[in-house]
Amino acid sequence: MKKYQTDMVVLDNRMVGSSATLLTLQFPGTLPDMIAGQFAELQVPSAKVLLRRPISIHAIDREKNLVEFLIQIVGQGTESLAAAKPGDKINVLLPLGNGFGYRTTHVAKPLLIGGGVGVAPLLFLGQEFAEHGIRPTFLFGGRNESLILRKEEFQKYGDLFMTTEDGSAGEKGFVTNHSLLLDSENFDRIYACGPTPMLKAVAKWAKEHETVCEVSLEHRMACGIGACLCCVEDTADQGNVCVCKEGPVFEIERLKWFN
Amino acid sequence: MVQLNTKIGSLELKNPVMTASGTFGYGTEYSDFMDISRLGAIIVKGTTLAPRQGNPYPRMAETPSGMLNAVGLQNKGVDYFVDHIYPEVRKIKTNIIVNVSGSCIDDYVQTAGIINTLDDIPAIELNISCPNVKQGGMAFGVKPESAAQVVSAVRKAYDKTLIVKLSPNVTDITEIARAVEGAGADSVSLINTMLGMAIDAERRKPILSTITGGMSGPAVKPVALRMVWQTAKAVKIPVIGLGGICSATDAIEFLLAGASAIQIGTANFIDPSISEKVIDGIADYLQRHGFNSVQDIIGALETN
Repeated sequence: MKKYQTDMVVLDNRMVGSSATLLTLQFPGTLPDMIAGQFAELQVPSAKVLLRRPISIHAIDREKNLVEFLIQIVGQGTESLAAAKPGDKINVLLPLGNGFGYRTTHVAKPLLIGGGVGVAPLLFLGQEFAEHGIRPTFLFGGRNESLILRKEEFQKYGDLFMTTEDGSAGEKGFVTNHSLLLDSENFDRIYACGPTPMLKAVAKWAKEHETVCEVSLEHRMACGIGACLCCVEDTADQGNVCVCKEGPVFEIERLKWFN
Repeated sequence: MVQLNTKIGSLELKNPVMTASGTFGYGTEYSDFMDISRLGAIIVKGTTLAPRQGNPYPRMAETPSGMLNAVGLQNKGVDYFVDHIYPEVRKIKTNIIVNVSGSCIDDYVQTAGIINTLDDIPAIELNISCPNVKQGGMAFGVKPESAAQVVSAVRKAYDKTLIVKLSPNVTDITEIARAVEGAGADSVSLINTMLGMAIDAERRKPILSTITGGMSGPAVKPVALRMVWQTAKAVKIPVIGLGGICSATDAIEFLLAGASAIQIGTANFIDPSISEKVIDGIADYLQRHGFNSVQDIIGALETN
């Protein structure tokens, strides 16, 4: 899949919850094909920050050639991205990485599990399923209700279930405790993105219930295109591989921590 | 039209811009973003005799105006390079230089000997300066005696252009440069990364799995420039300058300091088409200042 380096214009940038921003960028020309689960490397509009920030593609609008990014503000880089104003230009590399495997595998009952800002790529994935007449189930977890982002948007494409650690929304507990998972026949494939402990718990559940599971990893990256070998994950078949190029999505069987 | 071509030993470069080992993959990673055949040379990832898994994640930390890496020479070994990578990279219409690393002299010699048989690899860059492997690497490059020893052993097994990449983690880099020149090197490239460290205060832990790592990026440029200037005066062989080059102006500063060519490293991560912009920027500079050739500015620093 061809990768592009281009300046994109900020159309909108607004806070979602207390610590995330929704950044909408206009692609110049026709939006290239991209797969849910792929990401972009955004140049940070600040002289204090050297490296780009890898941000997953949250949603796309093929008619208006827009790309949305849901960005958790965690440091100087993401703070500067959150401060970008409409009309500003941000240099972007995209689409990067492999994306979820939904285009090459048949899925009837997908379960999309997200934790925190890990829900970001699952909206694009939900969009893609909805376009193919498949209604996905979303299961999101967070410490409290305010940390589960963009609920209404997800509900446009599928059914949304939640767990919170304080019980302020959905069922109290972690995603893997949700009653939805009592019947493993409900789903034929899981797509998960979120903190590593959550991914490990989801992978364990999937293994016990013989359900295929893909997880999207978030690693510290430099280049984003498989050149610097900084963002590696240890795999069972090939040892250290670049998350930016071989991933960020992996079937759990490939991961050393799963085996 | 200004002349951009330059020479490193018997190696002809169409322009002085190379990409540094470990920052440009095998070249093709960048071909969506620029015409990689425009480069003077591409120096591919450090290659060792046996495959290496490198160090555990995390391997990278961003620092003010720079970054630390602790990749640890991850590569699939020289045999894999010969069978699977060489047939692809030899098609790229520019010089492909292989960076060679090892843990003992015999490793270096054997790897260089294998690469010597590849018609379309006109040069190697001997890495005696990697700070991220426990054995070898930088250990060879921090003493003139051991640096000379490994270079003269490789010299016997390798008859094309031999570039030696030097470590900045030494008291006097010119001493090492002179030692490898005496041992038969055709050129020296400097600087490799500077040994550094980053700490996560909240977790009270080092950020890198290896605790220390190699620092690169704009933050190291003044040190690199000083070392290139000193080394260019100390040796007769051509010097290749690198360390934090992010623009044509940065590259020109290294040429003025005495470098016959330059390498772009960390900047490739920030802007994957930067090396093409640097080539054009050097040509613009020469034109603007009325020079006919890049040779006119190599070592042309006016110090009085």
